[in-house]
Amino acid sequence: MNSQTVFALPLLGPELPCPSGLKTWNNSDPATRYAVYRNNVVVSLIDALADTYPVLQQLVGEEFFRAMAKVFALANPPRGAVMAYYGQGLADFVASFPPAASVPYLADVARLEMARVLAYHAADVPTPPNNSLQSALTDPHQLEHMRLGLHPSVQVVASPFAVVSLWAAHQGTACLSTVDPDVPQTALVFRHALDVNTLEIAAGVGSFISALQTGQTLLAAADQANGQAASFDLSAALALLLHWQLITTMTTGDDHEPAH
Amino acid sequence: MTNGLNPPKQAPAAAATLPTRAGVGLKPEHFQEILATQPDIGFFEVHAENYMVPGGPFHHYLTRIREHYPLSIHGVGLSIGADGPLDVQHLNALQALLQRYQPQYFSEHLAWSAHGDTFLNDLLPLPYNTATLQRVCDHIEQVQNHLGRRLLLENPATYVEFVASTWDEGAFLTEVLRRTGCGLLLDVNNVFVSSVNHGRDARATIRAMPLKQVGEIHLAGFAEQVDGNGAPLLIDSHGAPVAQAVWDLYAFTLTLTGPQPTLLERDNDIPAWPVLLAEAGVADQKLQAMRKATQPQATTVAVEVAA
Repeated sequence: MNSQTVFALPLLGPELPCPSGLKTWNNSDPATRYAVYRNNVVVSLIDALADTYPVLQQLVGEEFFRAMAKVFALANPPRGAVMAYYGQGLADFVASFPPAASVPYLADVARLEMARVLAYHAADVPTPPNNSLQSALTDPHQLEHMRLGLHPSVQVVASPFAVVSLWAAHQGTACLSTVDPDVPQTALVFRHALDVNTLEIAAGVGSFISALQTGQTLLAAADQANGQAASFDLSAALALLLHWQLITTMTTGDDHEPAH
Repeated sequence: MTNGLNPPKQAPAAAATLPTRAGVGLKPEHFQEILATQPDIGFFEVHAENYMVPGGPFHHYLTRIREHYPLSIHGVGLSIGADGPLDVQHLNALQALLQRYQPQYFSEHLAWSAHGDTFLNDLLPLPYNTATLQRVCDHIEQVQNHLGRRLLLENPATYVEFVASTWDEGAFLTEVLRRTGCGLLLDVNNVFVSSVNHGRDARATIRAMPLKQVGEIHLAGFAEQVDGNGAPLLIDSHGAPVAQAVWDLYAFTLTLTGPQPTLLERDNDIPAWPVLLAEAGVADQKLQAMRKATQPQATTVAVEVAA
């Protein structure tokens, strides 16, 4: 092992002793000083997770959150220096973390919170004026093979739990005690101007948007949504996307040329 | 050619160097207030990695603030001291950021923070010996060639020393700067913290630094613990106001370096914007006093004539 491996391993391995090769001016135990680095690393990672998952932390309490985040961080340290996206695996980790098993909606709340971070930092893409989009959408010839490109901040989080209400109850806009967590909800997360919005949408609309994001044509996406939710309303779904200016491109046929 | 309508800060924002004034680390909490009030401050500094995101509010605000102020981009994740190769993707992301914002300075640390594919999110210490010297110089040359600009290298705050060290920090930094042509970002708080932690005289440590190559000074607050013997162990926390002892060391440093662009760093327990602005004002007063003490009379006259 080279010297940096020797120094690095105990930073994420609390069971490992302080590395050798360290000295102190007053012959004090180097382990006390090395502990500053251990603490800096672990606390900075826990703090980064707390920044990204404030509602998850409120739901489980700070003490539980930080203990859980430490277990996650030691096993899943960052793979790069951009800390904004650190902890994308936390939702899956929470879902299989036995001490959190009694609160089954935690993982989906975590997914919603990471979706909000991704939306916040997503690329800036101009949206065409709504009137040009609307005229293309009302032309049956164009409609048949149309594909819609959506703003890169758009994300759908579908859950068997009331993720939107649970999240909103921690924003001062609703009360947690009135939330029935077992009501399925679908969240639409996106950035509008500089603000990240979190809206509850119908499950079919969520399915439609997800299908559009995989590159399916508008009609195929609508078929998929109809198959999943009998009440799917295509015109309401398009009105929602137009209202929030989430459609960035329209292409028809296989040539992927702009429709207007 | 000026007509009084041009914002007076346009020239400093486009200048080739940071002004010899106080600057403050730019935090998202303060974006809107800074844009709205356009405070009289020398420059802003941002951590490069925080802006390695595709879009959104960070870029929105930094773009607008950059129009009015000089900028320093300060990297915390390049891991120049790592024993593995530099991350070329990270270098490319830095290059894109520097091209976009055209900062007056780019700086990084004499430290390492990545090991293999793990990013440890801390600035870790290096033994100062010939092997480290060669590796650090190779990496700095690679960085400067890749980015096409000079780097300022920051002295670290450290909590341990290595049996394998054969140089003291000042001599090591002097040799790195001599070999690579990079400049020094002199973190006066780090000098103070490391001096206390390793039983050294802080002023002697300052004197041993390559002071002719200082391009910028950092000031910050520290936290206080004790080591295994009960001796003070200072932690470079960036979470408190600058301590009086560090202000004193800063004033001493200025007598050796002359006025330098000086950044107030605050990354934790971030106070309201006016508190940081007032702290920058303290640094500006010391810089102003130094300018008055060192400025030849003729220069003052020339400035008045030009005005």
